[in-house]
Amino acid sequence: MIEIDGVHKSFGALHVLRGVSLKVATGEVAVVLGPSGSGKSTLLRTINHLERPDAGTVHVDGRLIGHRGEREILRQRTEIGFVFQNFNLFPHLTVRENIAEAPLSAQRRPKAEVALAVDRLLLRVGLSDKADAYPGTLSGGQRQRVAIARALALDPKVVLFDEPTSALDPELVGEVLDVMRDLARSGTTMVVVTHEIGFAREAADTVVFLDEGLVVEHGPPGQVIDHPQHERTRAFISRVL
Amino acid sequence: MTTTAPAVRHTTGPKAAPARHPLRWPAAAGVVLLLAMAANSLVTNPAWEWEVVGQYLFAPSVLRAVLLTLELTALGTVFGFALGGVLAVMRLSPNPLLSSVAWGYVWVFRAVPLILQLLFWYNLALLYPRLSFGIPFGPAFFSVGTMDLIGPVTAAALGLALHQAAYAAEIVRGGLLAVDPGQREAAAALGIPRVRRFFRIILPQAMRSIVPNAGNEIIGLVKGTSVVYIMALPELFYQVQVIYMRNGRVVALLLVAAIWYLALTTVMSVVQHYVERHYGRGRS
Repeated sequence: MIEIDGVHKSFGALHVLRGVSLKVATGEVAVVLGPSGSGKSTLLRTINHLERPDAGTVHVDGRLIGHRGEREILRQRTEIGFVFQNFNLFPHLTVRENIAEAPLSAQRRPKAEVALAVDRLLLRVGLSDKADAYPGTLSGGQRQRVAIARALALDPKVVLFDEPTSALDPELVGEVLDVMRDLARSGTTMVVVTHEIGFAREAADTVVFLDEGLVVEHGPPGQVIDHPQHERTRAFISRVL
Repeated sequence: MTTTAPAVRHTTGPKAAPARHPLRWPAAAGVVLLLAMAANSLVTNPAWEWEVVGQYLFAPSVLRAVLLTLELTALGTVFGFALGGVLAVMRLSPNPLLSSVAWGYVWVFRAVPLILQLLFWYNLALLYPRLSFGIPFGPAFFSVGTMDLIGPVTAAALGLALHQAAYAAEIVRGGLLAVDPGQREAAAALGIPRVRRFFRIILPQAMRSIVPNAGNEIIGLVKGTSVVYIMALPELFYQVQVIYMRNGRVVALLLVAAIWYLALTTVMSVVQHYVERHYGRGRS
């Protein structure tokens, strides 16, 4: 589903990604771990072309990302959901309007159909009673669940999560991880950048350890988390566990 | 005994003394006294000539002048902010030509006094007696005399709008910059088309910081229209001057103008309050 091949990315003199290659199969949940500054977020952002790779290619569902102009990028992004660390909900729109915006304006789906989809999604993330609330009145956990519903509203082929629980108070992390676990079980293709080792262990099919812009090792969680092969992975895992 | 102990301690412990403001009462009394004196003089001093004020406040010539003042304000606001919005977007563009042109515009039009700009537009015919429309550097389709195209009202509206645009550009730019960059990113990540992103996501949020400043500017513009009197346009300030030159009731007629300016800006403040509330929705 996702094929990343030899991706490089620099910001000025900072060489953030140094030739990353990675494959994620349909229905697979890949969790990307790594110390801060390792390039995890940048890697995730090249998948939906929020960052343009300096070299290398990204394919999603067999299609090359970001090589055919603005319109094509926008269309491709509707197939790639993205959940931000800071939610980035639109504060001047209600929960319902937040979720309905992209299906209406980017996919031009009929209003009635979108309204039904919004109701279904709110039920799924357990926020049916908040449809007409503004994001400012919700807790962090609720906001992130709305953001997940907003990403899912496009019926994306993959969903990318950029540290979805890092901005949350500890007691609110659980409700967001519950929704994500549920998604993983339903067969959604997911790439998750996170520090939640517990989530990686139980929900991931593949764990990828990234350090200094390179994939150090990857494999099933039982291998990478519990029996890491590389010294750098071992050091990182022992620090966060 | 143990149950009463806290109560006893409560009553005998050190009490929090309310802060004292010994100057408040004398200050309030002083203000009341001054207000009373001012009111008294407004009523008793015959030089205010309230009956003349009443006579001219709704005189047809004054009402027509109020209407022209409103018209100039509206034209200045609409075209000023439309152009200002375009300039703000140009200024924020990564294209260096667009952004420096916008910068240059603001630089020039903020530097030159409004009164000078107005006289300049008024006398445009001295510079270009005829204006022609056609292909740039190519043939002209038709041409008109500058004087016929740009009459005093057009010149005044043009001057006010171009002047206002320079200030509006900075206000709109500030508003756009105040929107969290994450909002742009989220809208882009959802595949929302660029134009829709601007008008549906970014601009409504920018309005929160644009509206208070814009309100200030528009109220300034209501009074700014009085500068137009030098072009002999019968707006409010010019009109009352015409009347008092004729009848010598200077104070009463200045008062008429002052009352109208006060009324106009009051209405605008009320409108501004509701517009702010609209764009503040979703935020406590």
